[in-house]
Amino acid sequence: MEGSLNMVGYGLAAIGPGVGIGLIFAAYINGVARQPEAQGRLQSIAILGFALAEALAIIGIALAFVL
Amino acid sequence: MIRADVSRAEGFTPPGPGDFDLQPLFGDSYAFAKPGLQLILAGVLVFGFFAVTSRRAAMVPSKAQFAGEQAYGFVRNSIARDIIGSHDFMKFVPYLVSLFFFLLINNVFGLVPFIQFPSFAKASFAYGLAALTWILYNGVGVWKHGLFGYIKHQSVPPGVNGPILLLIVPLEFISNLLVRPVTLALRLFANMFAGHLLLVLFTLGGEYLLLEADQVLYKPVGVVALLLAIAISFLELLVQFLQAYVFTLLTAMYVQGALAEEH
Repeated sequence: MEGSLNMVGYGLAAIGPGVGIGLIFAAYINGVARQPEAQGRLQSIAILGFALAEALAIIGIALAFVL
Repeated sequence: MIRADVSRAEGFTPPGPGDFDLQPLFGDSYAFAKPGLQLILAGVLVFGFFAVTSRRAAMVPSKAQFAGEQAYGFVRNSIARDIIGSHDFMKFVPYLVSLFFFLLINNVFGLVPFIQFPSFAKASFAYGLAALTWILYNGVGVWKHGLFGYIKHQSVPPGVNGPILLLIVPLEFISNLLVRPVTLALRLFANMFAGHLLLVLFTLGGEYLLLEADQVLYKPVGVVALLLAIAISFLELLVQFLQAYVFTLLTAMYVQGALAEEH
């Protein structure tokens, strides 16, 4: 077996943001299901939250290559 | 367009960050390679698109004018006006519109045949663009609140009193003024980088399994990998659009945060 342990570490690190992004979109879908007319407002908030949670995974992949 | 000639050893070597070092177009320096050309091309395309569609603007729009207005209206209404607010969003619409379409075209270059390299998979370009946004929102904030007023505005959240300020103020200062442009740039860069790497991995791996691997059993797996590469291309299209949108949305939010009145 060859390869870099960094990638295993990155796989583990991606669990957190994965769960977080899932929760964000679950809440977004819930909100739209309860109040469809609020979709426009919820969408930008959901995408913002997604971008912030995703930043963790992104920093992880950058560090996985750099370290 | 010049293809990167990456020599591969016997057996399969997975793609890595080295695949992103493209051959320089002239000379030996890496200062100007394919991504630099793509940036210029994207700038020309954005300018050309809006110049052509807004020329001879008429009350009853032609098809081209309608397309241009739809594109402009999307950024103006759903990003600039919704986030910055109807009072002073118009000043920032030109920057936001050009930013969004510049990013979108550069990202979609990752899937355009014969180009197939998202420009912002090179980190330096993403840092440059984030620096532009950083200068914009800080400039706006300093212009609105004055230098010290703006630093106070960004680092002291309203409604926080007492000794907790000792902890909050440095954190807010670092997060709002120093880390923001870095995460903004890294998000764009790493999404483009990871997406491109994924596509390269699936196509090269599929090709290797299908044509070069010794065992017959590997060939169907190669076909599956190539089919997955096509599916991932569509996912990438979504990500490319989303990253252009998120970058512009965050720029608008930072400007809005810098402009907001004291509570």
